[in-house]
Amino acid sequence: MSVRAFWKGAISFGAVRVPVKFYAAVADRSVHFRLLHKKDRVPVKQAMVNPETDDVVAYADAKRAYVTEDHDWVVLDDEDLDSIEPEASREIEILHFLPPRVIDHRWYLRPYYLGPDGDENNYAALVGALEKTGKEGLARWVMRKKEYVGALRLHEGYPVLVSLRHAGEVVSIEELEAPKGRKLDQKELDMASELICMMEAEFDPAEYQNEHRERILHLIETKRRGGSVKIRPIKQAKPSDNVAEALEASLKRERKSA
Amino acid sequence: MPDKKQHDEKESHEAEHHGPRPFWSGTITFGLVSLPVSLFVATRSKRVALRMIDHDGEPLARRYFCPKEKTALESEEIVRGYEVEKDKFVIVNEEELDSIAPEKSQEIDLRRFVPVDGIDPMFFQRAYFLAPSQGAIKPYRLMAKSMEDTERAGIATCVIRGKEYLLAILSYKGILRAEILRFADELRTPADIGLPKIKKAKNKTVTAMVKSINANSRKTLDRDELLDEGAARILGIVDEKLEADEDVLHDPEAIEDEDESEADEPADLMAVLKHSLQQKADRSNQSGKEKSNRQPKRAGSSKKKRTRKDDSSETKADMTRDELYAEAREINIAGRSRMTKSELAAAIDAS
Repeated sequence: MSVRAFWKGAISFGAVRVPVKFYAAVADRSVHFRLLHKKDRVPVKQAMVNPETDDVVAYADAKRAYVTEDHDWVVLDDEDLDSIEPEASREIEILHFLPPRVIDHRWYLRPYYLGPDGDENNYAALVGALEKTGKEGLARWVMRKKEYVGALRLHEGYPVLVSLRHAGEVVSIEELEAPKGRKLDQKELDMASELICMMEAEFDPAEYQNEHRERILHLIETKRRGGSVKIRPIKQAKPSDNVAEALEASLKRERKSA
Repeated sequence: MPDKKQHDEKESHEAEHHGPRPFWSGTITFGLVSLPVSLFVATRSKRVALRMIDHDGEPLARRYFCPKEKTALESEEIVRGYEVEKDKFVIVNEEELDSIAPEKSQEIDLRRFVPVDGIDPMFFQRAYFLAPSQGAIKPYRLMAKSMEDTERAGIATCVIRGKEYLLAILSYKGILRAEILRFADELRTPADIGLPKIKKAKNKTVTAMVKSINANSRKTLDRDELLDEGAARILGIVDEKLEADEDVLHDPEAIEDEDESEADEPADLMAVLKHSLQQKADRSNQSGKEKSNRQPKRAGSSKKKRTRKDDSSETKADMTRDELYAEAREINIAGRSRMTKSELAAAIDAS
């Protein structure tokens, strides 16, 4: 299997320039459904509608508006929107380099592999230099009329650019307060830690398979042949009343199975 | 612009999951300990969401319609179908998709704990905060503390809204969060892409690049560097038009289409999160279903004012750019939308 590049650009910092090709690192494996009109099973379409008159307005004829906090609507026409479109560029500017993981994964949005585009010596040197320094680059670039911020790093020995969420899109944990209560019982904490240690292992992504996709396809096949599936409502369990007892029993069970 | 349209469709569809209602309510099991929780999204959608209007300035709503009958459809008239052959669909609903994995649909069963730093960041996809359900504060705190002490993350798979997810449960500052991880086959390898073997670079080039990297290095990341410049430019035009009172429709009868009122979302999300993390332990126990219904949007907005007041003691350094922007707006500081966080703080101080 091979994947086609969808964009080209050049990484630049200082006097360095490395031309690269972009490849999607994420593969979509979801089972895809269509939305249908229940009555006639025709796939639905979407349209912008004036809810007062039910008139359909073509996408190209609609204007955009920004709604302020005071519920004023500020109309932006095509000219306004064109005027703020970022300038097209092939430049992937590295603002600066940072120690690993300073860019927390919670900013991560979507990873792209970078392949060589011509200059293979510079490409290989970039990989070597990232390896040697262990650093990650903070990048900015414009791709298909959109501005991106990204993290340049290595994955399995190859350079990747991970697009990042913008400031304000990640809720800061510092702004939240943890649930409070009486001091936790030390014995219970010890038991909980012991239980965690008994179930400890290294993270191995290959250990987890999405079995549900297969089950969904099986369900579809069953229904196609006229079968049905029993619906079971989702219930939330009651919280454990006696945490100490539950922990003790869990530890006993784990020891037995060990 | 077919591309753009598709993109917007996807975004508005995702917005349904991103409101302040819980993404999922269910139970975390840790050994024999049950911890009922609700998941709230920890990321906000784009800050500057534009609404569509027609030529008379009337707000438009996104509607599904049947191309055969040419009628607009209500959500009850829409079903999900899988195309088994051309134009032949098998109808499947969410309850059925959940019911084919009954245990995984109601439980996040933590049976594996891994070192937090041992998860490759490339796997992380999206984060949710966990809020304890009624009466679950004690097991919640216990879980959070012991996971933080041991520096371990719990790993499990579960089925949410008909889809299977690989989750990492992480603990930080007494707050648990669930992060969706990509399954191994959702992340391509360099071999999948067909990337060529990396040649040996000239030592001289590597040394020069290392030098350049080190010369361009910093220790910390400034949130301001992640600012959405495109959004800031939109706000710039908006400010100009507001000041000139040009192209401004003053409070047209706002039809608050629930899915699209994203402008209100951030404050509500914060309020709902704060509210759910600080439930009173003495309220009577209720089932998960009732609970999720009991957190309507209004609960969030009524709380909003109080949150604002509580924040007044905050120093400006603790405030986000959005909060500073809101303050700058109130006291009408010109050019505020183009200012960085520190510029906003300085302008407010100087006013």
